[in-house]
Amino acid sequence: MVHWTDEERDIIKTFWGKIDAEEAGHQALTRVLVVYPWTQRYFSTFGNLSKPSAIAGNPKVRAHGKRVVVALGDAIKNLDNVKATYAKLSELHSEKLHVDPENFRLLGEALIIVLAGQFGAAFTPAVQATWQKLLAVVTAALSSKYH
Amino acid sequence: MSLSAHDKELIGKVWTKISPKAAQIGGDALGRLIVVFPQTKIYFSHFADLSPSSPQIKAHGAKVLGAIGEAVSGIDNVSASLSKLSELHAYNLRVDPVNFKLLAHTLLVSLSATLGAEFTPEIHLAWDKFLAIVAAVLSEKYR
Repeated sequence: MVHWTDEERDIIKTFWGKIDAEEAGHQALTRVLVVYPWTQRYFSTFGNLSKPSAIAGNPKVRAHGKRVVVALGDAIKNLDNVKATYAKLSELHSEKLHVDPENFRLLGEALIIVLAGQFGAAFTPAVQATWQKLLAVVTAALSSKYH
Repeated sequence: MSLSAHDKELIGKVWTKISPKAAQIGGDALGRLIVVFPQTKIYFSHFADLSPSSPQIKAHGAKVLGAIGEAVSGIDNVSASLSKLSELHAYNLRVDPVNFKLLAHTLLVSLSATLGAEFTPEIHLAWDKFLAIVAAVLSEKYR
């Protein structure tokens, strides 16, 4: 089980309260698709992903980004049992979607960059470290059913 | 992977914009590195203060960003621009190359925190590619 300090729990709850899931998810997924274009392979049904402006304006990208960050909220509500919370999602990503777990890491990094952009100096090294820990735990949980 | 003319334009534009604050951004990026990835402290064990506010960390971060500025100036031949640093990292410092990726990440975070919405996905892409090239050049002479 992952150990969370009171400070880490506070940081997560405080910043989560100020995050718009749709906007943050949209921006993070847009960045993944632009910065790592091979990831577009997983979204062949999404329509026009031909250039950054098309990706940023694509409603399916926005909807899916929102879905992902809303799901992050489930982990945040269950910090002491993220692995169990994501068991079904892990199976889905492994058995059905066949997403390479490296992509969870990339999306996590993109989200960190989005949060830095939103919060500026308030996204201190300590805040960043806490969120990176959360996303590492999420990545591990989503990868857990792969073998 | 190589930089398009458009990438180079975006990289140059951002550099011009941030160069007055380069020292501060470098210090911020290095401060983030040692907090988010504590294992990197091993390379700075000779610093008295290993917190993000440490003057030594800030000074070293400024130095790193200065070198990145040189790479921007010589963007058509990063290998030549950073040749001495490449040797230094290979033969003297022997920094595990995985750390170049970690610092690239914290530098992108610092850029995002500084530039906000101006750090667009396209600019993020160009800088991600550029920092990957810098990392590759710094690792070039390792073996």
